[in-house]
Amino acid sequence: MTETTTVTFTLNGEERSLTLEPRQNLADTIRDTCGLTGTHVGCEHGVCGACTVLMDGKAVRSCLTFAVQAQGAEIETVESLADGDTLHPLQQAFWELHGLQCGFCTPGFLMLAAGALRENPDMSDDEMRDLLSSNLCRCTGYQNIVKAARQAAEVMRGERAEA
Amino acid sequence: MTWVGRTLPRLEDPTLLKGGGRFTADLKAGAWAVKFVRSPEAAGTIVEVERPDEGIVFTAEDLDAAGVGSIQAVLDRPDYRRVPHPVLARDRVVFAGQAVALVVAPTEAEAEDLAEQVFVDIDTEDAVTSIEAALAEGARDVHPEAPGNVMVEGVMRTPGVDAAFDAAACVVELDLSSARQSAMPMETRGGVADYDPATGRVTLYASVQMPHMLRTGLADVLGIDEGDLRVVAPDVGGGFGQKMSLFPEYVALVWTAFRLRRKVAWIEDRRENFLSASHARDQQFTVRGAFDAEGRLLAVDADLRSNVGAFSCYPVTCGVEPLMAFAELPGPYDFAEYGVRSRGVTTNLSMMAPYRGVARPMLTLSMEQLMDAAAEKLDLDPVEIRRRNLITSFPHTSPTGLVYDEASYLEAMEAAVTSADIPGFRERQAAALAEGRYLGLGLSVFSERTGYGTPAFAARKMQIVPGYETVDCEMGPSGQVTLRIGASPHGQGLKTALAQLLADQLGVAPERIRVISGDTDASPYGWGTFASRSMVISGGASKIASGQLADKLRAIAGVLLEVDPSGVELKDGLALATGTNKSLSIAEVARAAHHQSHRFEGMAPGLKEQAFYDPSGTFSNAAHVCEVELDPETCGVRITRFLVVEDAGRLINPMIVDGQIAGGVAQGIATALYEELVFDEFGTMLTTSLADYLPPTAAEIPDIEIIHMETISPQTVTEAKGVGEGGTIGAPAAVLSALNDALRPFGTRITSMPATPDRIAAALRAARTAAAEAEA
Repeated sequence: MTETTTVTFTLNGEERSLTLEPRQNLADTIRDTCGLTGTHVGCEHGVCGACTVLMDGKAVRSCLTFAVQAQGAEIETVESLADGDTLHPLQQAFWELHGLQCGFCTPGFLMLAAGALRENPDMSDDEMRDLLSSNLCRCTGYQNIVKAARQAAEVMRGERAEA
Repeated sequence: MTWVGRTLPRLEDPTLLKGGGRFTADLKAGAWAVKFVRSPEAAGTIVEVERPDEGIVFTAEDLDAAGVGSIQAVLDRPDYRRVPHPVLARDRVVFAGQAVALVVAPTEAEAEDLAEQVFVDIDTEDAVTSIEAALAEGARDVHPEAPGNVMVEGVMRTPGVDAAFDAAACVVELDLSSARQSAMPMETRGGVADYDPATGRVTLYASVQMPHMLRTGLADVLGIDEGDLRVVAPDVGGGFGQKMSLFPEYVALVWTAFRLRRKVAWIEDRRENFLSASHARDQQFTVRGAFDAEGRLLAVDADLRSNVGAFSCYPVTCGVEPLMAFAELPGPYDFAEYGVRSRGVTTNLSMMAPYRGVARPMLTLSMEQLMDAAAEKLDLDPVEIRRRNLITSFPHTSPTGLVYDEASYLEAMEAAVTSADIPGFRERQAAALAEGRYLGLGLSVFSERTGYGTPAFAARKMQIVPGYETVDCEMGPSGQVTLRIGASPHGQGLKTALAQLLADQLGVAPERIRVISGDTDASPYGWGTFASRSMVISGGASKIASGQLADKLRAIAGVLLEVDPSGVELKDGLALATGTNKSLSIAEVARAAHHQSHRFEGMAPGLKEQAFYDPSGTFSNAAHVCEVELDPETCGVRITRFLVVEDAGRLINPMIVDGQIAGGVAQGIATALYEELVFDEFGTMLTTSLADYLPPTAAEIPDIEIIHMETISPQTVTEAKGVGEGGTIGAPAAVLSALNDALRPFGTRITSMPATPDRIAAALRAARTAAAEAEA
């Protein structure tokens, strides 16, 4: 058995202090240690993006991030997006525009787009497609994912104007 | 307005969007981890399996001692070679990645540490990996049971084939091939086997498409009663055929749960999925077409070879690719004379099993390339030659005896050609060529045989004959509807589409309808979801059962409202006596059915109906048009337009149908241009990560334009035809046709998929060399 270490971070606004092996990655930590299984593991080598979460607001592949690298960070997962039964504009748009089929890659796409839109709500359509090409989906053929992300961006820009 | 035909957002989605889906790996809390130790060699004899001093390690010896058998996939054909598939390799290994041992430890990390301490010593043999090598004179037999390395072989020849070729004005011969691929679902395979000490039963939660069939197969191999096992397919992250088969890993996992009397989980990683889950495609087709001077196809003569790998997949067997290719090669074309030899060739690679499209991407490519090549030779327009050959009268019987129901092969092509504005494209193409840019347009027309029941499977001589579907449709005392189905959807949105069907029958809103699937304790025996069948067959059974339930509701409401049942309409949650102002809520009728049953003479208490449906099958059809631009420097191909005219009969939920088409086309584009499992001469896979095996991303897949036609066939009670595979079937042929149009100025043609920059560059080099030699 490898030695353990302690790591403390905020997960969806809640502080977590965990004792774990230094080799444990963030994806397994979120899923197995913290029990939030919305973050999915598709390849474990950083290509598919299903495990994308936000770390201090930036999209990271949680399968390629050691839990200890999250020391002191704020981690956000798909479970944080909706406000109770009120879906986040991205979730709403994915629902309305059929941006998911099996739903396995969906949390990764949602977090990828959520992080990027928070940083730059004025992304162009081309920038959005370019961004979304970082993750893999096997079901949809992508066009409804791209459409949904663009629609959500419009909604979020509207909200910004209202605020 | 009916619910059928409406774009209704899916009932499945809110949970999935909030991260609340329950996939197999989400259910492993408290389980010990199972890891498999796999053969690093493609072929050889096991000398020894060295185990560490501590830790739980099982090998074939342990399974044999416990009386565990092998997986036996059986076709009752004289040309079928039966090769048992051991759960863990005994004595010999036959592909790199084959499971040799398994280890169990409290955590995944510890299990991986333990697996690394198990050494498999193998006395290697030369690996036979390609179709050519396996069929070569004097090739080593992969299995002693299959001399010559042919596992299954279909042969037929109508009497007039040779005469047709002799009389032909134009004969075209092509060699076409498709590389080995992975279906590559985003969620890999995996299972959680939970032992219940109270009942002694094991529940296997697994990422599978056919839970009932899996239970039967597991019970047979383990020698246990099916009642001791429950199989549940929870949320499944895509299957595309890869999750149809009974894999040895599931047998070993369930056995381990019984043996250790504890919960154990095996969650496959991506590398394992590439190495040891089933593979797909890897076919070589040699096809000859005989045409008359007007471009009418007289005969096709075909030699079809499919690399089925080391084992025969259970339950559909390794006949699935070669025998479908054998039977369905003629596609949407009307010709009488057909000669075919189709072989399933065994090699030292992981087994081939169904992948979306099965055989049809290649056979569509074959027929479409024959049409394009003949058109070029006869100086005919590629559209015109198809016009002269498409099936236009129904029912049509193919040379192999398949009966085609009403479809719109010609009409769909004409609609596609009109929308594509081919004359306009030719102008753009000429203008681009003048600037040194190479554009191409390609067309594919195809039939998609869907929704077939037991007759079609029985004709393949399968020992296990799938095909029918049964459903239980029940309304509870508060009017809530539960539909239990044997189909096992995994992303198709079937629950929403079935709820729409039932909503129209029963007069209740779709969100009041719960569909239960994928649990052998809670759903009727059925065959799961594959072969574009669920909407047709499970949908058909659902329509029949809910129709029976509606009749009963009307009868009960008739008694309560004191009107004839024929005058009762079920609508908007109400049972209305038409022509009167009398009505009851459906919930009130349901309550009476359960709690006042003594009032309804001659009727069973409650509201529960069962129905089955076992249709002979139907054919969807579509035409695809693809535009590409080829960069002759980089040999990159960019798809600039993709148009689909689809006829899948009645659309239950148009949004879901479009989603199936778009996703299917993306996978077809992947087959045509990108994806390839590559092996070295020793049979070692070189593409074991997503950095090496390249599925397309949003950057490569264009938006797909979709136009619908709705030919209604009497062969399906929902009037819907299956649509799950069409995109994947038609896209490769359209892409290659377009690429070859772009390559025309270079005098070369690509018939090997994927058409990677490497292959295109090689074809261009060869064409330049040939041109230089011709000049010299």
